[in-house]
Amino acid sequence: MYPFVTGPLLWLSFTIFVVGCIVRIIGYIRGLDWQADRVAYTTHFSYGMKGAIRSIAFWLFPFGTRSWRNNPVFTVVFFVFHIGLLVTPVFLLAHNIILKERWGFSLWTMPESVSDVLTVGVIIAAVFLVLRRIALSEVRILTTIYDFVVLAIAVAPFVTGFIAHYIASDYKFWLIVHIICGEIMLIAIPFTKLSHFVLFFMSRAQLGMDYGIKRGGMKGKGFAW
Amino acid sequence: MPEGILCNKKTVDAKEQLHALLADAGGKQYYEEMNHLDIDKDALWTTIRKTFKSRFKTWLEICAHCGLCAESCYYYLANNRDPKQVPSYKIQTTLGKLIKRKGDVDNTFMQMCMDTAFSKCSCCTRCGVYCPFGIDMGIMFGYLRGLLFSQGFTPWEMKIGSGMHRIYRAQMDVTTEDWIDTCEWMEEEWEDDYPGLKIPIDKENSDIMYTLNAREPKHYPQDIAEAAVLFHLAGENWTVPSEGWEETSLAMFAGDWAACKMQVETVYAAMERLKPKSMVVTECGHAYRATIVEGPYWAGIKTGQPPVESLHYVEWVAEALRTGKLKIDPAKKIKEPVTYQDSCNYVRNAGLADIPREIMSYIAEDFREMKPNREHNFCCGGGGGLNGIGRYREERNIGFKVKRDQILATGAKLVISPCHNCWDAIRDMEEIYHMGIKWTFLKPLLIDMVEVPEHLKPKEE
Repeated sequence: MYPFVTGPLLWLSFTIFVVGCIVRIIGYIRGLDWQADRVAYTTHFSYGMKGAIRSIAFWLFPFGTRSWRNNPVFTVVFFVFHIGLLVTPVFLLAHNIILKERWGFSLWTMPESVSDVLTVGVIIAAVFLVLRRIALSEVRILTTIYDFVVLAIAVAPFVTGFIAHYIASDYKFWLIVHIICGEIMLIAIPFTKLSHFVLFFMSRAQLGMDYGIKRGGMKGKGFAW
Repeated sequence: MPEGILCNKKTVDAKEQLHALLADAGGKQYYEEMNHLDIDKDALWTTIRKTFKSRFKTWLEICAHCGLCAESCYYYLANNRDPKQVPSYKIQTTLGKLIKRKGDVDNTFMQMCMDTAFSKCSCCTRCGVYCPFGIDMGIMFGYLRGLLFSQGFTPWEMKIGSGMHRIYRAQMDVTTEDWIDTCEWMEEEWEDDYPGLKIPIDKENSDIMYTLNAREPKHYPQDIAEAAVLFHLAGENWTVPSEGWEETSLAMFAGDWAACKMQVETVYAAMERLKPKSMVVTECGHAYRATIVEGPYWAGIKTGQPPVESLHYVEWVAEALRTGKLKIDPAKKIKEPVTYQDSCNYVRNAGLADIPREIMSYIAEDFREMKPNREHNFCCGGGGGLNGIGRYREERNIGFKVKRDQILATGAKLVISPCHNCWDAIRDMEEIYHMGIKWTFLKPLLIDMVEVPEHLKPKEE
């Protein structure tokens, strides 16, 4: 089982993830229409790019926009969740040891204490997000089962990894569960709401171009759109 | 397929159709017929397939259902935080469902969509600024309005409005003759007080071509005279076109995109014909957005810009005050507390946030900002065509509460509002909520405050 999930299945997952993400990006760009969207994307490309970068940058920084500042608790949780989600798997010591074994190189790795904090952070943030969905009427009305499923897909690798490393007596079993969960997440990214992994940038860039070109970017000094 | 006599999928292109609609007081028969209107599902789905692309698709798909848009919406705030007023909920249950069902929807659903798109969203686009993904539900509701219009589901007044544009190239039945007569009348009426005052019609190669809102010749002709006086005092070389003078677009509110194109093309044709250096539009928010911001795209101009540089009235005023073309008598500056209503259509949709503040610095001694303001300001409550729609009066009046409280919190008794829609909304707000405030455009204020150069003063008899 272990050779299979870390061999062909892993390759398949990565391929689907990478190709899927590229397809989503290309599909998005191809589906833009200057006249229907009412944004002169190509004529004013430099203003557009300025607007796009601005739009992405403001939202990538905690408290960079008024929406983040108006919701400080959510913002902190949101960033703990997303930073943990993205940083932990890439710089985790254990993952890099495997990388070294397989391909002969590894990335910078973080101390285990840091990855533990990030992992626990992701799990606590996920619990908060679930509770928030249930507690706040304006979020509850929007929530569907699908939202919980997507959240579960994203958090499962962290929960199972943590169990495998610290809790489980049957390390091998939980390790395989952890790997499969990670692969499910990779495969799910292009096909589910998790596609915002790339589409966040596309969507923000589009609105940024809209503001940068048409909605004042060429006139005023602008704001954090 | 039952099509009503008044409520149907046909556009209003003939005066007889328009008169029949106007004769149906309050749209009683129109709305009754709407209850029986069938949906051409194939046509609807074909339109969606052609026009529902990346941007909308992605917006609906990746919405994380986080609810951050809730507090950005003044309807949500004004309706005691009713979750059904959360922008994401409103769009998912209308456009979202329409897409999921591939256009296979019934009359009740379409009417629900119409009611939501017009009485729960004024397309102010504020939610888009508060969504981490940049999902702009105002834009999507604009798109939905277009789909609804194509199937005959549009409020009675919007059907009339788009018909007016199709027939008169104006939002009201003002003919070229009416328009020219009004200009001549205003010129005669005011030239005693301002010797040499002219309203030059169709003058080529002027510095400014002035365009406006059909309400002005129809109901507020003094507004044209005031504009003329201010251009006159500023020594501007200006003109108005005999045709292509109307900048507004009820067709934009209705979602009648073909009529939008027809309307803006008359203005662009006037620009081509008269070759002015620039165009200035009256104190109207949606007129500016329709003709300057969105219009070039309807007309298929690849640069996304109108044929000549186009300014909103506030931009002209700021420039005139900055350069001294117009001089304010310091003794006449506004002493009482005054606040300013940012129009969504030119602040969030065109970036004109600094300009009004500059004007305030010249004319007001105690200027007080509403909170929030500039690009974050709330809609007046009457935007998106809502002021003109009888069916949604109550919803609009509830929505007013947010702006009412914003104004009252400033302590100002005067609201400057260089936008016809906002101006109307604040007037109605005062009538309903008795706030004890006054509201005004810039023009009448400036007329009272500017110094008249000696050589332009009337000669003593």
